[in-house]
Amino acid sequence: MDVVIKTEKLTKRYGDFIAANELTMDVYAGEIFGFLGANGAGKTTAMRMLCGLSLPSSGKATIAGYDIYKETEEIKKHIGYMSQKFSLYEDLTVRENIRFFGGIYGLPVRELKEKSEALLETLGLEKEAKTLVAALPLGWKQKLAFSVAVLHEPKIVFLDEPTGGVDPVTRRQFWDLIYAAADRGITIFVTTHYMDEAEYCNRISMMVDGVIKALDTPANLKKQYNAASMDDVFYELARGAKRKAD
Amino acid sequence: MSDVIVQHISKTYNKGAVKAVTDVSFAVKPGELFGLIGPDGAGKTSLFRVLATLLLPEGGSASLGGFDVVKDYKEIRKRLGYMPGRFSLYQDLTVEENLEFFATVFKTTIKTNYDLIRDIYVQIEPFKTRRAGKLSGGMKQKLALCCALIHRPEILLLDEPTTGVDTVSRKEFWEMLGRLKAEGITILVSTPYMDEATRCERIALMQDGRLLSVETPASIVAQYPGTLYAIRAANMSRLLQDLRKSEMLSSCNAFGEYHHLAFRQDTPEAHASLIRFLEVNTHEGVELKPVEPTIEDCFIRLMQP
Repeated sequence: MDVVIKTEKLTKRYGDFIAANELTMDVYAGEIFGFLGANGAGKTTAMRMLCGLSLPSSGKATIAGYDIYKETEEIKKHIGYMSQKFSLYEDLTVRENIRFFGGIYGLPVRELKEKSEALLETLGLEKEAKTLVAALPLGWKQKLAFSVAVLHEPKIVFLDEPTGGVDPVTRRQFWDLIYAAADRGITIFVTTHYMDEAEYCNRISMMVDGVIKALDTPANLKKQYNAASMDDVFYELARGAKRKAD
Repeated sequence: MSDVIVQHISKTYNKGAVKAVTDVSFAVKPGELFGLIGPDGAGKTSLFRVLATLLLPEGGSASLGGFDVVKDYKEIRKRLGYMPGRFSLYQDLTVEENLEFFATVFKTTIKTNYDLIRDIYVQIEPFKTRRAGKLSGGMKQKLALCCALIHRPEILLLDEPTTGVDTVSRKEFWEMLGRLKAEGITILVSTPYMDEATRCERIALMQDGRLLSVETPASIVAQYPGTLYAIRAANMSRLLQDLRKSEMLSSCNAFGEYHHLAFRQDTPEAHASLIRFLEVNTHEGVELKPVEPTIEDCFIRLMQP
């Protein structure tokens, strides 16, 4: 299988503080990879490095084949990013948001036009094309934001707590979109606080105090920690955490 | 001990264009730990702001400890501890200064009520000279709870205290609430996490500004009609797609390790025919078994019109 994220002893220090400590992992093409950890474990620091937004202090990594030190601009072109906190511009319409982000990701004008209309149709948002995003229900916003983040068919899409606060039906529809993208070969790198969603991932890594404490399939992790659910696995690994930052 | 009575409360924004809360009624008993469960946009925060005397309702009435939220707001504010969803303490005051400030505003001292907050405060005390803005999320949450408790309120309103907090800290937080309940404080807490519902004595399920149900968690589960089943197979994603095509099922949803489903007609023939259908579609390792519904199962069913 193709490796799309490869890190070796990737480390980020802030002064004396080691936010991410020697992270080593391979993530494969088309994989749904769950990136879990307690608050303050270093997930955000790691994600920022992998997205080419923050330079590591030491270690090696390639993202979509590009070097994490020298080719950060290429990395940004080949990934998509979506978080619960920031996803779309509220005071632009649905169509304007699609065009804006498509443009940012470098889609040619004609292709972007076709893709915008196709996306509106797929999401059933044709009637809302001229509606301000601020007026959309949260669930629709999240689905639109995800679709926009993969509009340029990136190699990898990073999702930072994409389903926080979303109702249970919409949360599941959101995962349908994730599966569909993974089937098209897009690698999904996702963080979540919902442990049922951890089960939907092909593999999970668990970060505690800046270190990757465990990395395996949900089934193997449950076996290894003799746990009934992923919730128990998480509890077992994270309760010894010394860091309680965010 | 004080109760909370909510009668036909409605609240709209933008001249009626946005209906945040529509005709909501329920009553919280004195000393009860009551949960308001619903996703973002359900109207939880609007309702809390009405109860905290920060927003005027458009219709209906509400009282806390017998005091009306509109007429007697001053009396309510003396007796209420409110922790908003968004961190609302003074970022450039230290931990200790924030706590002292809130104690003074309520004409009391930290010393007078220290016994109530001690268990929580000792965890942040090592950082008491740190500015609140520099605290981590978990510590901010604890400080906010201390500030909401420092005047020994009769009623505590907690708006999504555990949102964005990891499993371990969430468990700790609910244990803290259990101890506060033991002090006789009436607690009304909201959360988008359905699995936290079972921590409450009674819960109100809320969606799109309306209440779906007000019950104990156990009776909400008991009211789930018929039997719910859990199913799994080697390829879970394809299994879900195929199950959705089946006419035999009235519902089918992904639920972590398993998918949950309900039959239109729950008969042995229907089970056999579903298994056959999955064999035809080359599913391997199929396992089907009855399962106890979770609050989330019940919520999904109540959401469907």
